[in-house]
Amino acid sequence: MAMIDEPLYPIAVLIDELKNEDIQLRLNSIRKLSTIARALGEERTRKELIPFLSENNDDDDEVLLAMAEELGVFIPYVGGVEYGNVLLPPLETLCIVEETCVRDKAVESLCRVGAQMREQDLVEFFIPMLKRLAAGEWFTARVSSCGLFHIAYPSAPEALKTELRTIYGQLCQDDMPMVRRSAATNLGKFAATIEAPHLKVDIMPMFNDLTQDDQDSVRLLAVEGCAALGKLLEPQDCVAHILPVIVSFSQDKSWRVRYMVANQLYELCEAVGPEPTRSDLVPAYVRLLRDNEAEVRIAAAGKVTKFCRILNSELAIQNILPCVKELSTDSSQHVRSALASVIMGMAPILGKDATIEQLLPIFLSLLKDEFPDVRLNIISKLDQVNQVIGIDLLSQSLLPAIVELAEDRHWRVRLAIIEYIPLLASQLGVGFFDDKLGALCMQWLKDKVYSIRDAAANNVKRLAEEFGPEWALQHIVPQVLDMINNPHYLYRMTILQAISLLAPVMGAEITCSNLLPVVINASKDRVPNIKFNVAKVLQSLIPIVDQSVVEKTIRPCLVELSEDPDVDVRFFATQALQSSDQLTMMSS
Amino acid sequence: MSNGGAKAAVAPVGGPLPLDWKFSQVFGERTAGEKVQEVDVISAIEFDRTGDHLATGDRGGRVVLFERTDNRDHVGQRKDLEKMDYPMNRHPEFRYKTEFQSHEPEFDYLKSLEIEEKINKIRWCQSADGALFLLSTNDKTIKCWKVQEKKVKKVHDMNVDSMKTMESGSIVGSSISASSKQYIENGGCINNDFSFPTAGFPSLRLPVVTSIETNLMARCRRIYAHAHDYHINSISSNSDGETFISADDLRINLWNLEINNQSFNIVDVKPANMEDLTEVITSAEFHPKHCNMLAYSSSKGSIRLIDMRQSALCDSHSKLFEDQDAPGARSFFTEIIASISDIKFAKDGRHILSRDYMTLKLWDINMDSGPVATFQVHEHLRPKLCDLYENDSIFDKFECCLSGDGLRVATGSYSNLFRVFGCSEGSTEATTLEASKTPMRRQGQTSSRPLRTLGSLSGVVRRVKGADNSGVDANGNTFDFTTKLLHLAWHPTENSLACAASNSLYIYYA
Repeated sequence: MAMIDEPLYPIAVLIDELKNEDIQLRLNSIRKLSTIARALGEERTRKELIPFLSENNDDDDEVLLAMAEELGVFIPYVGGVEYGNVLLPPLETLCIVEETCVRDKAVESLCRVGAQMREQDLVEFFIPMLKRLAAGEWFTARVSSCGLFHIAYPSAPEALKTELRTIYGQLCQDDMPMVRRSAATNLGKFAATIEAPHLKVDIMPMFNDLTQDDQDSVRLLAVEGCAALGKLLEPQDCVAHILPVIVSFSQDKSWRVRYMVANQLYELCEAVGPEPTRSDLVPAYVRLLRDNEAEVRIAAAGKVTKFCRILNSELAIQNILPCVKELSTDSSQHVRSALASVIMGMAPILGKDATIEQLLPIFLSLLKDEFPDVRLNIISKLDQVNQVIGIDLLSQSLLPAIVELAEDRHWRVRLAIIEYIPLLASQLGVGFFDDKLGALCMQWLKDKVYSIRDAAANNVKRLAEEFGPEWALQHIVPQVLDMINNPHYLYRMTILQAISLLAPVMGAEITCSNLLPVVINASKDRVPNIKFNVAKVLQSLIPIVDQSVVEKTIRPCLVELSEDPDVDVRFFATQALQSSDQLTMMSS
Repeated sequence: MSNGGAKAAVAPVGGPLPLDWKFSQVFGERTAGEKVQEVDVISAIEFDRTGDHLATGDRGGRVVLFERTDNRDHVGQRKDLEKMDYPMNRHPEFRYKTEFQSHEPEFDYLKSLEIEEKINKIRWCQSADGALFLLSTNDKTIKCWKVQEKKVKKVHDMNVDSMKTMESGSIVGSSISASSKQYIENGGCINNDFSFPTAGFPSLRLPVVTSIETNLMARCRRIYAHAHDYHINSISSNSDGETFISADDLRINLWNLEINNQSFNIVDVKPANMEDLTEVITSAEFHPKHCNMLAYSSSKGSIRLIDMRQSALCDSHSKLFEDQDAPGARSFFTEIIASISDIKFAKDGRHILSRDYMTLKLWDINMDSGPVATFQVHEHLRPKLCDLYENDSIFDKFECCLSGDGLRVATGSYSNLFRVFGCSEGSTEATTLEASKTPMRRQGQTSSRPLRTLGSLSGVVRRVKGADNSGVDANGNTFDFTTKLLHLAWHPTENSLACAASNSLYIYYA
């Protein structure tokens, strides 16, 4: 047993704990692997630490994940890029383990290391490793190998390049669907490194195989490949090879594949360009909007605005708008909800006339939807509406919708609408708000659910910010303060909270004249919970109001509370007094 | 398959010759008079895809693994092995590999329900990196297990004198935490004030790890819980290698193997009003090759094939298989005995085998007008249905299985008997075997169909029965309704059957 100098002791323990029984300690040691490496020096890190890690790779997944991550940034500790290859063996074994997140991390780290390695090292070490993985006995090795080709390929000499392309082709036809999925996922990355002539001759056939795979899960990953490959190909090749694939995918037997097309639609349109989109993808998109699977319609409906932006207004009105009309009465509430969240974006594309004539009726019907999420989605995009048609046209339909949501059975719906109230207020203006919404805001302060009261108190503050203290003093403060006499203490507490939120917005003067007396009065409440909340509120008011007010009004009240029979009241009163003392000391 | 095809070609007209079944092995054999512990009763049995491993689950929540030994001596590349043709005299032999406690009894406090630990089903997953993976389920919770050889490690040459720390604190754990605390305290100084010489500190060394032996470790990787309101009756892994389904009485859920906190409900047969309930799901299985297809059976005797490509919710089936002409007059028991207890796809994916109380039926998925073959298993019990109903035996859920070549089917019965039928065209093979060391004991007696004599004997049977749950069959053999052979599995590549008789696992070959 070696004797260790005192200063080295922590590092010695760290090293020993690489093999501790306790997984937390092993994890801790692995996370500090760079410290261990620096303590051992570069040479011993290469010759001892790295082989040690390679041999001890049957640890728990958490430890292996941490190891995979650390090794990705380990080049400085093994002596720089010329020694980068020593990191490959431990990462190679981590590429084979069964746990997906460990493998993914190991691949990521290998890419990181490989990207820094010198060309000759890549050929000498990295590519042979890649070939071993690609020919691995376990499917896990082959899955990992797919993610490494794009690092190795650019540095490979011509003959090796051919071989790598062949190997990738084999992986695309592997027996295991997991390997084919990985090949499909990584095809775009690999293709980006391949020279144009080979792209057409070698990669496109692989891609075509994947697009016709028996397994839905492989085909749906190939959808993303369409966009990636499309960007690499010449426009005419893209139209010739990618466009037919997209069109056939949009009619795939499997709804999951069609869903992917709907989801990726914008990227796919970008890849093929605007002209082919207008001529070929519009019919495909219309089909997706009318798909018999709701999931597909949801994805398609969510892209309606983005898609229309690529088109001109004429095409949009002619082809897409009829579908949108259908979707607004879709049997699935989720489809309507997805549509409601994007529909307003169509207005600028359609122009004012078409919007008022065609879009507005759809919009209004969604605003009356029986499903609250649909209405909420419309209201959340109110600023967009305002820009196009102005609020006057809307306000008549808007108000009933808001009132209904405000009184919805489900508190989460009420909560959602409260959160949009400041937005509504800014869009609708003071006049409209005063008449219609002010009462609602007060009503929420008396809601049965705490979260609603809490949000309502916050809402009052945000309104005061929006319309200014003068307005608030007239339209909010009196109503709020009225409620301090509510017989139920929980509602009185909400008011105290609203006061503490309002005070900073209202400023010292209004706080002293209007808010503070109410709070002081509440300190005589019979419920201790109110009293200690008074103490808390007073503490928050101290920095806002003038020092003289603190001395004359706040402190005496707090002193009285600090002698209350209730322990909690005494506690918070004392705390408030102490903080006031500190403030006085700092200012003096 | 090609193997089976070749055999069929050389066989005489009328299908291949009946197999001559021989006893191979027994695990957990009962000695005479030994009482079987309830927890030891086997409740699930399953071969893995290669047939190199066999798993059983029991009522005590344990999973026991067996591994094949007869081809382990000349282990080369796995792929070579798969291609190798075994000599005819070799038959699979298994040895105990390991066991682990998969499920524990639980209590659902919200519903005041006890959840049994009994393993309902076991399914193997794709093995990776030398480790075995399997799914096991009880009534409510599915678990994914990883079984792997781990090195038993000994660590030497620590930097910090382990003897010293052992003395200072007799409990190792406490000394560790003390030293780690010190590390954390000093951690700051390592980074800030400490300068590392480029050659490092020669006095530091890495621990030396030696391992002499390996140990099998079973680790629960994932728990898929809280997705079923009713009892899970089946699980099935998909050919895509990333998903599996679990089915309870009213719903089928789809899971990703790597995600245990969400699943998708793909079939829901629960009526809006539970009083309208007429049919429950009894079994579900994925197609062996097409990842989008699955079949499920119902208590009304129908099998539905669904295509997951058509929609996210698969409440409407793409094909329905029902046996229209139920033989004999309808009676009180007609619906009960029509209930399908188990379905299995043949390896080729073209046929589905189903088991109801009285029969085995083979269906061609391209023919929904009726089964292509029906094998009578319990026809001789028809006169006794009333008694079977009274002692609940009529609700026994017998499993069924197909041979790897698809030429034969097998299922269990009472008195620890099981039956093997030839299902290739023209085959008349119908063998009854007993789960014992002499399986062919019953062979001579059952080859003649006993239907004729049943009527005259049924009176006798009635009197003898009733008393002790055992009856007398048409040939005067006693039938014991308490010893039922519910679970059995056919080796995927060879003619070898594993069956569970109470707590014993019998393996036969032909």
